[in-house]
Amino acid sequence: METLIKDIGFIIGTTLMYSTPLIFTSLGGVITERSGVVNIGLEGMMYFGAFAGAAAAYFYQDPWIGLAFAGVGGMILGLIHAIACVSFSAEQIVSGIAINFLGPGAALFISRMLFDGATQTLTIPNKMPLPLDFLFGEGNLFPSSGFMDLVFNRFATVYIAFFLVFLVWFVLYRTKVGMRVRAVGENPEAAMTLGISVTRIRYGAVMMSGLFAGLGGAAMSIAVVSRFSNTLISGHGFIALAAMIFGKWKPQGALLACLLFGGAKGLEIFLGSKGVPIPGDILAMLPYILTIVILVGLVGQTTPPGAIGKIFDKSEHS
Amino acid sequence: MNSIDFSHKAVEMVDVVKKFGDFTANDRINLTVHKGEVHALLGENGAGKTTLMNVLYGLYQPTEGAVRINGKPLSVKDPNVAIKNGIGMVHQHFMLVEPFTVTQNIILGNETTKMLGMIDIKKAESEIAALSERYGLAVDPKAVIQDLSVGAQQRVEILKTLYRGAQILILDEPTAVLTPQEIQELVGIIHNLTREGKSIIIITHKLKEIKQVADFCTIIRRGKHIDTVEVDQVTEEDLASKMVGREVSFKVEKDPQPQGDRILEIRDLVVEDSRGIPAVNGLNLDLYKGEILGIAGVDGNGQTELIEALTGLRPAKSGQALVREKEITNLTPGKIIQQHGISHIPEDRQKRGLIFEFDIAENLILENYATEAFSKGFTLDFKRIYRNADQLIEKFDIRPQNSKLAAKALSGGNQQKMIIAREVANDPDILIAAQPTRGLDVGAIEYVHKALVDQRNQGKAVLLISFELDEVINVSDRIAVIYEGKIVGIIDAHDADEKEIGLMMAGGTA
Ligand SMILES: Nc1ncnc2c1ncn2[C@@H]1O[C@H](COP(=O)(O)OP(=O)(O)O)[C@@H](O)[C@H]1O
Ligand SMILES: [Mg+2]
Repeated sequence: METLIKDIGFIIGTTLMYSTPLIFTSLGGVITERSGVVNIGLEGMMYFGAFAGAAAAYFYQDPWIGLAFAGVGGMILGLIHAIACVSFSAEQIVSGIAINFLGPGAALFISRMLFDGATQTLTIPNKMPLPLDFLFGEGNLFPSSGFMDLVFNRFATVYIAFFLVFLVWFVLYRTKVGMRVRAVGENPEAAMTLGISVTRIRYGAVMMSGLFAGLGGAAMSIAVVSRFSNTLISGHGFIALAAMIFGKWKPQGALLACLLFGGAKGLEIFLGSKGVPIPGDILAMLPYILTIVILVGLVGQTTPPGAIGKIFDKSEHS
Repeated sequence: MNSIDFSHKAVEMVDVVKKFGDFTANDRINLTVHKGEVHALLGENGAGKTTLMNVLYGLYQPTEGAVRINGKPLSVKDPNVAIKNGIGMVHQHFMLVEPFTVTQNIILGNETTKMLGMIDIKKAESEIAALSERYGLAVDPKAVIQDLSVGAQQRVEILKTLYRGAQILILDEPTAVLTPQEIQELVGIIHNLTREGKSIIIITHKLKEIKQVADFCTIIRRGKHIDTVEVDQVTEEDLASKMVGREVSFKVEKDPQPQGDRILEIRDLVVEDSRGIPAVNGLNLDLYKGEILGIAGVDGNGQTELIEALTGLRPAKSGQALVREKEITNLTPGKIIQQHGISHIPEDRQKRGLIFEFDIAENLILENYATEAFSKGFTLDFKRIYRNADQLIEKFDIRPQNSKLAAKALSGGNQQKMIIAREVANDPDILIAAQPTRGLDVGAIEYVHKALVDQRNQGKAVLLISFELDEVINVSDRIAVIYEGKIVGIIDAHDADEKEIGLMMAGGTA
């Protein structure tokens, strides 16, 4: 019985850990797509963030500085996407694809320069702290490796991610700025005729998505693991993108979809650790298969924001 | 006449020029609107009315000319400036965020917030309720836009401007999408607004409405200022000829013609609407060669479902429709077009009549692309497709004369000409025309009516469905009145009495 409870705690804990990078990135997706700009460049932004975060955390020996670098790095790529899509009316998918080459390309290039030609960083000295240990001292609040400890004693990034889900929801659905973002994503002409700057809103939203994706990458490289390597972010940005869509372009929906994927990943690790006689490669497919099956089965029809992906040219629309 | 304050010029536009590249959309237009005045802007599609109003609202910058608001020169460089100076605009295509509520749409860009930047929706809702009460603009502040009727959406648009304190309201073709009842409501609202000293600029093609609500009318033709007249001093015919630049006849010319053989026979037809309620409910009707049979009725009495059943777009529940004694109900549209010779000018021309992104030539062969005339083997024969287009463009006077232009680039009237060209070129036996002149200006309306009469004169049977009683009476040989899915009376158009038909349309017995 006790092991069962512990196992469950372990699975929940790993779920939270693996979901976190996806949650950050997925929230970024929600923000940009709510403003009407598709951003499939999330993957590249996450990749770059993972590198920038780990590199900065290594050199400054401080994970928080790493996190800041990751956010800013992602944001710069977001800026590039915004310039292309908003100012130059580029096709959003094409620009996104370009970002997906640019992010990894830049990351690996800088990595080679900084780390003696290696396409990975060195191990960072300090990972993201565990806030509960930090506040109460290790093992003081919950007994070490007990159920509560396994579930709740998680990296700071986990807590930040959950808080951001609430924050993004609050901003989008309760504040003036959020309403304008959603209006621009549904009907930019309508917003424009009321004197709202579509350009400004979209720049802001796309750059925020870069910031969030960058944080997502760092949540992987300086919390889940403790270094960046060239295969660390392999498709996570795309999964976050899918989670955002399955979550019906809502922060809370995206959260659930990310948790689902993270849960499948937790299960995979758990089964692997128990030595279940299933080949590792098959086990590694589990999260993907499970995600598709459950999401396709459970999620009904979704309606994306009305103006999503459409180029908005001010001079054409009266 | 409204109580106009002639000492107070609310809007003055002086020698306004607006160019798009080489094209001059507005060529030295002058417009003066006083406080409390309703000023109509009249002009054919593409005359430059919307452009002029977009200049006033700050969406476009004028190439030359000046704008003065309440006597003060103003550079309206974006809508914010216009809004601040009391100008509000209701656009021809509504500028509403569909999934938002009425309140959210109204306050957007002008939100009141409480702590933490949260929107104070309660306060806004009560303000809007008060505003809608005051001007007689009935809407539920909590309703979601996509659940509202077009008329209600328009009221939301008007509220949007009033919420921002507009003193000068621009209404761009507000009646084009409204039912006759809604139009009367709008007229009442306009009176409420002018009574409070607001000025209204209303764009419309409908001369009757200008006579009804406007004090002054400025006529624009091809971007040029033609005249500004006091509405009481002119007739509808005067306005029409100023607008088109030639005499326009409202009377449809047609010689009497003997009725031919019966071609379409509808027996006890029942058709359900999308909710499963019988919209056509045991309808009987005969159509003869060489006649125009007009169906008069208030919108929503089964007209749409009847047409859809006859064209194969909607299944018939029971009953029959026979063309030359052969059943056509529940056949595919393709069979009905090709084997039974029915052509259809659809009600919603943008959704069903054409493909926006396709060019004129492609739109003209939508029904025939697979026939030998336009294809060889697996591939389309573009040489012939464009030759066909050039011929039809010439014959039906479609403008601009460029077969490679996308359909969306054409004006409404020319889109309709294109559809008529396609349908008539099919040489049908029966032509079904559903609201064929909706949203068109008088010149284009005249053209469409001539085309229908022309088909009739060639011995074709024409079934005309229209919500405009004038049109039905004017164009038809016989009039069938539809009410709650049944034909409740058939009248010879010669001795048609508008009152009598109006009564039957409302379900009264004549
Ligand atoms: N943004 C634009 N760019 C180029 N041409 C335009 C633009 N807007 C309008 N036009 C052209 O200007 C002319 C007048 O258009 P518009 O003002 O919309 O006419 P109206 O409202 O009188 O029907 C049309 O020929 C139209 O094609
Ligand atoms: Mg217009």
